[in-house]
Amino acid sequence: MTAKRIASVVAHRLAILAYVAFALFPLYWLLKVSVTPNKLLYSEGIKMWPSRTSFEHFEFVLKHSDFPVFFKNSLIVSGSTAIIVTVLASLAGYAMSRFDFRGKYWIVTLMLLTQMFPLVMLVAPIFKILSPLGLTNSLTGLVIVYTAFNVPFATFLMQSFFDGIPKDLEEAAMIDGATQFVAFRQIILPLTLPGIAATLGFVFTAAWSELLFSLMLISGNDAATFPVGLLSFVSKFSVDFGQMMAAGVMALIPACLFFLLIQRYLVQGLTAGAVKG
Amino acid sequence: MASIDIAAIHKSYGIHPVLHGIDLEIKDGEFVVLVGPSGCGKSTLLRMIAGLEAVTDGEIRIDGKRVNDLAPKDRDIAMVFQSYALYPHMSVAKNMSYSLRLRKTAKEKIASVVASAATKLGLDPLMERRPKALSGGQRQRVAMGRAIVREPKAFLFDEPLSNLDARLREQMRAEIKKLHQDLGATSIYVTHDQIEAMTLADRIVAMHGGIIQQVGSPLELYDNPANLFVAGFIGSPGMNFFEGRYLATGDTANFALTGGIVLPLGGTAKLADGSRATLGIRPEHVILGAEGPDTMMATVDLVEPTGFGIIVHLKLGPVAFKAFTLDRRFLGMHGEVAVKLPVPNLHFFNEEGRKV
Amino acid sequence: MASLAARNGGSRRDQRPLKKRLADASAPYLYSAPALILIVTVMLVPLVLGISYAFRDIQLLNPFSGGFIGLDHFKTLSQDQNFYRALKNTLWWTGWSVLLQFVFGLILALLLDKPFYGRAIVQALVFLPWAVPSFLAGLNWAWLFNPVVGPIPHWLFALGLMSEPYNILSDPQLSMWGPIIANVWWGIPFFAITLLAALQAIPRDLYEAASIDGAGPVQRFISITLPFLAPTIAITVLLRTVWISNFADLIIVMTNGGPADRSQIVASYIFTQAFKRLDFGYASAIALVLLVLLITYSMLIVVLRQWLLSKD
Repeated sequence: MTAKRIASVVAHRLAILAYVAFALFPLYWLLKVSVTPNKLLYSEGIKMWPSRTSFEHFEFVLKHSDFPVFFKNSLIVSGSTAIIVTVLASLAGYAMSRFDFRGKYWIVTLMLLTQMFPLVMLVAPIFKILSPLGLTNSLTGLVIVYTAFNVPFATFLMQSFFDGIPKDLEEAAMIDGATQFVAFRQIILPLTLPGIAATLGFVFTAAWSELLFSLMLISGNDAATFPVGLLSFVSKFSVDFGQMMAAGVMALIPACLFFLLIQRYLVQGLTAGAVKG
Repeated sequence: MASIDIAAIHKSYGIHPVLHGIDLEIKDGEFVVLVGPSGCGKSTLLRMIAGLEAVTDGEIRIDGKRVNDLAPKDRDIAMVFQSYALYPHMSVAKNMSYSLRLRKTAKEKIASVVASAATKLGLDPLMERRPKALSGGQRQRVAMGRAIVREPKAFLFDEPLSNLDARLREQMRAEIKKLHQDLGATSIYVTHDQIEAMTLADRIVAMHGGIIQQVGSPLELYDNPANLFVAGFIGSPGMNFFEGRYLATGDTANFALTGGIVLPLGGTAKLADGSRATLGIRPEHVILGAEGPDTMMATVDLVEPTGFGIIVHLKLGPVAFKAFTLDRRFLGMHGEVAVKLPVPNLHFFNEEGRKV
Repeated sequence: MASLAARNGGSRRDQRPLKKRLADASAPYLYSAPALILIVTVMLVPLVLGISYAFRDIQLLNPFSGGFIGLDHFKTLSQDQNFYRALKNTLWWTGWSVLLQFVFGLILALLLDKPFYGRAIVQALVFLPWAVPSFLAGLNWAWLFNPVVGPIPHWLFALGLMSEPYNILSDPQLSMWGPIIANVWWGIPFFAITLLAALQAIPRDLYEAASIDGAGPVQRFISITLPFLAPTIAITVLLRTVWISNFADLIIVMTNGGPADRSQIVASYIFTQAFKRLDFGYASAIALVLLVLLITYSMLIVVLRQWLLSKD
């Protein structure tokens, strides 16, 4: 290896290292503060690692705050949204992938448009519609709203997974004696399982992260999701940094788990998402 | 086993017609090959027989029973796909037994039928593998195994060998033929490869532009093509065509090529004097280094040895044609050579392209 | 013969029984109906309703509101200095966010395109910010900028860039940069993943052919990589621009538009009007203006694309 080549390899690795550091540092700091005991928080403010760690903040958050409720609410909302969206999107995506029909162009256009206009526009009208129905301050209301917001994207995603399965397989099954529905259930669905898991992951992450609509639609603590709870916690107890960051770490865990699940499908998801914009 | 009748079948996609009235009777146990260039409608016809495409007009009968509106699963036919269409999440054994399991066949029966099919196809050691872990030829065998375990009324093959390399294709071709001899099942086989059609078929159905061009035994199509399309499609290297005008002069006739050269025919054909026509001759019938009357001098353009024989590219004035010979003397040939087009081997096609 | 057959074929009636034809034709609609109904009721209906709000006086806390007031909101809007600042901030926010995300995303994609030991792990790590919920990303960066628990003010102070460690989020001149930096951190993976996929789709033999033809690394980048990436870059940047200009989460979490509306963008301004002042009418009027601006932008792109295509 020539010196020039070595230099270029070293530069490449250093650049990569810089990116990794930049990507991870904020999360590292979150974790660091969350395990720093209160006594050391100010005295050892910008040290890279505290001289003593403790889980006191986590303990406090779990035992004496409403965060377990927020966590549970968020899990219920994101989980239900993910499941309902995936079912609806599988059906619609299957139609988009396997049928050539007159309304297809219009349906695709409609779905694209919903991805283009500013959702913040809908904050007020949706509040006005849901309020008389008793769906504000309710997890059900949030699930309905999130499901609608995520269905178009998930439909494009599922369509791309169905497109990846040759039509021959269904036809072979039908010749082997299956009805179209049996072919869908026994042949297509098992093969789409990874795609279904990825869609679940994408939608779960999106619902878990949603902020504006949950801020608008939820006011009480009982139905608060994690983002709402964390933000109200921040504005109320803005000095309890350790506890806030402990709560932040907890909010991060499900998102990271689902990230690992969907990592392999990021490209597919983002190409469907490029449509999403 | 069953006979299949196809009567006045039409197919259009929207306003685009694909098949224009196909009539075909396939006898019980017959091996019929549908051959033609891509887009000729042969695959569409096959898929209509399978029930994968709706029939626009006409009737398909299996064993005398109209099946137009029957779902594929109720037609009792088996199909081998070009892509094999093996279920990737099932083992070879499960792939082969899927149809029997859907029909709720008894377990012992399934086991014995699958085992005997596996033995017949040499798949015994592979039964627990997934399709991904198989070679192309093995996948092909599994696809056939999946078809034969059912003992269906008919086998449909949709270009089953086109994803294999040349040597494997040759081998599988022979296996399919042997299988047909053993089982004697009615088979319809779609291909664009005329060699497959020639070697496998009891009867060949040559299709072009959504119309059947000729039906007949392989040698019938080879020796006596009904029209220019069939003449050009069957045979490799393909038949030579000379366009020109037929000139009758009493007992003998001449053929004036476009370009001015006149071929003496030494006989007559059923063509009107002075009519435009096409003359065809297979390359292997062109006699090189001929002597005597009715020979012509042609220029040698190119010599292609194939090992088995030699393809010589020739030119008669501006008109290019080929000759095929087994005689290695012609390997080093250049310059001019005397050729003869023997009259018994000539084919004449009238202006509409039909054989006369 | 052929023409006869064509005439027959073209006018054939479909022979399938009516029931079967109906079932076949309706199947795709049945499959997509649940999704469509939901989209129409939860997105389209509110959209139309929201547009009507723009011309009505709708304040949640005022039971006497609700009347039709014509263009009053738009008159108020035309004199609203905060709105103009938000408009300017939106350009600033979108422009810098997209530019920086794109540049760093492209560099990252190029770095990851080279095979090296541990690439899979590195890839997972650098893409991780994308998975962090946006509100958490916002809070996380807000804390990093906070001199009490965050290191950044202290570092800037140590470098002599700051006279004392203070929070840039409360500095009217700099507060916009906080959310922009958080947005860049959060959005680099999106660009990197998309561009990496496009990079890996470039046939390798093109590079080999170019090397044999004598092209150096820079020439290869300019003559092969860039032209191949161009369509992906164009579409990603354009769509991302629309998306980011609507993306208010980080600003609401980090600065809430403050101090003194200095970091407000239009989207966050709409949210503030609806959420804090509960003035749905005025919020919807701003939203309508934003919608019109975005539609204009999209039309411009479509026209530009047509023009570029026709030039070829």
